[in-house]
Amino acid sequence: MAIWVFAEQIDGAPSAGSLEIISKAASMGAVSVFYIGSGSSEAFAALGAHGATTVHHLDTGDVLPSAPASAALASILHDTDTSLVLFGMGNTDRDVAGRLAARLGQPVVANALDVTLEGSVTSEINGGSLALTTRVTTDGPAIIVTRPKAFAAVDSGGATPEIVNVSMPDSGRSGNATITERHVEASDGPDLEAAPVVISGGRGLGSAEGFAMMDELAGLLSGAVGGTRAVVDAGWVPYSYQVGQTGKTVKPSVYIACGISGAMQHVVGMKGSQTIIAINKDPDAPIFGIADLGVVGDVHKVVPQLIEALKAR
Amino acid sequence: MNIAVCVKQIPDPATPYELDAENHWVIRPNDQVLDDTDRVGVEVGLQLAEATEGTVTLFSMSPSGSLQGIRQALAMGADKAVLIDDESLKGSDALTTARILSAAVKREGYDLVITGTESTDGFTGVVPQMMSEILDVPCLSFARNVEAGDGTVTIERQTTTGYETVTSALPAVLAVTAGAEEPRYPTFKGIMQAKSKPVDTTTAAELGVDPVSSQTITAVDPVAARAAGDVVEDDGEAYLKIVELLEQVKVI
Ligand SMILES: Cc1cc2nc3c(=O)[nH]c(=O)nc-3n(C[C@H](O)[C@H](O)[C@H](O)COP(=O)(O)OP(=O)(O)OC[C@H]3O[C@@H](n4cnc5c(N)ncnc54)[C@H](O)[C@@H]3O)c2cc1C
Ligand SMILES: Nc1ncnc2c1ncn2[C@@H]1O[C@H](COP(=O)(O)O)[C@@H](O)[C@H]1O
Repeated sequence: MAIWVFAEQIDGAPSAGSLEIISKAASMGAVSVFYIGSGSSEAFAALGAHGATTVHHLDTGDVLPSAPASAALASILHDTDTSLVLFGMGNTDRDVAGRLAARLGQPVVANALDVTLEGSVTSEINGGSLALTTRVTTDGPAIIVTRPKAFAAVDSGGATPEIVNVSMPDSGRSGNATITERHVEASDGPDLEAAPVVISGGRGLGSAEGFAMMDELAGLLSGAVGGTRAVVDAGWVPYSYQVGQTGKTVKPSVYIACGISGAMQHVVGMKGSQTIIAINKDPDAPIFGIADLGVVGDVHKVVPQLIEALKAR
Repeated sequence: MNIAVCVKQIPDPATPYELDAENHWVIRPNDQVLDDTDRVGVEVGLQLAEATEGTVTLFSMSPSGSLQGIRQALAMGADKAVLIDDESLKGSDALTTARILSAAVKREGYDLVITGTESTDGFTGVVPQMMSEILDVPCLSFARNVEAGDGTVTIERQTTTGYETVTSALPAVLAVTAGAEEPRYPTFKGIMQAKSKPVDTTTAAELGVDPVSSQTITAVDPVAARAAGDVVEDDGEAYLKIVELLEQVKVI
């Protein structure tokens, strides 16, 4: 039985999440990848190195990918005996997973932290305090959406995979949406998901200006800056900064939470950090429940002092 | 424009949800609240309706209970609600939910279906995509800055690295992000009017949907909590503790 992994091209390469899932899938069996994006020999080589043996490649161009991608993937799956179809939590991943599931009449199990070949899935609820094991009971492929960093990306030195070019299907009325402009928000400094130190700011910073000291602190520690959904919704920082359930998952050596309450949807995105430091003026803030070091104090006092101390070294 | 907004009534998220012992389904109290995520959908729907002299109809699948959550959305200004309250739908997964909501929306007629990106209690985040496939329309997900008119809708769709501008023909499904708009507070007048707005109730059978179970929860286990460390009150020198810890873990 085949295992399929969905992979999207981001910035010219397979998304980081897709390489993690391909690595996991390769530990269970032979992996076929359904890849969308312009494609390149480097991108295909990366998929192969992580364990893909076959790559079905579709370039959806300026059409919003979910409808054509799910239509094409559904017809490929129709002709194969597949046990699992794995997706990451990227926005296009979730779009294709949902449409594909409805097309095939199969359920989706989301937020997976682990998965078996038999379609048994582990996930967590209540902010990670309860683990659920869910089993898909229908015949046919189990469609599973996995959380970022649930698995490690492993370059096992696999060969360049066989490439099958998929032609653009006619997705009818569903395909009537076009991408007219693409905007990449420039960010300097290290990549949030890969940085060894993450400095995150919450509503407790008081305003967008509060992020200037986050940037300064990150600069001194060679870290990246993140934030909560509250500050993203307020427009203080772009969505690419968001850590949590609906944002990025980070597992740095050190995570410094500044003016963050520690809502469970934030915590699921950072509780895998090795060392957590929290600064919050409320002694009852839930973030202190998971911090290795909690400072009950004002971010506008503690952070500038910390910056001065680091500069003086 | 005829706007359908899917809203969820959920147990108050301030309290961790309880699962029933037999099936591990969320226990739903009589008083459920409107999911905060869906307030944004209602707001976007109301703004589009105001701009196009349209109507906003709410769709919700849940035990009616006291209807508290639905009244909250009606009080914001929605015109009416269709509720699918059916014992056989207890413990439904996302696909059954999407089939039910799609059938209800189709029966009432729509130009645009609005949902949230992800519910607070379920957080599967695939119901809108499934609905779009069932209805055979585009799915404009992770949307903000929504503009509609002339049979089209244009949004900014959040991506990992920024956003893209997407234009779609109507009808369509639109799944809005939490930051898309600041939801309005109901006015006193709105709260009073909500009490007499029409709420229709229907069932799976009336919609011609056969609820099927496609997944079961086989185990629920506690997860070892991350132990809390030291908490110190800032006496003006707490930053030194941070420096010390950073040294200890060799970051500096
Ligand atoms: C479906 C769903 C998905 C979600 N996804 C995410 C997600 O991906 N990421 C995410 O972060 N959130 C997410 N949320 C939102 C989450 O529930 C919280 O609302 C959010 O994390 C709160 O952000 P915050 O900590 O910045 O703000 P608040 O909760 O308002 O906390 C601010 C904190 O700052 C402290 N403070 C105030 N002033 C100071 C000061 N001067 N000095 C020190 N401390 C101060 C306060 O004591 C308070 O604890 C999601 C919610 C839902 C329903
Ligand atoms: N039972 C329901 N009734 C009405 N709308 C729902 C229901 N479940 C999900 N939705 C809609 O789908 C969105 C995503 O939910 P979910 O897929 O459960 O994370 C929500 O924000 C709602 O708009």
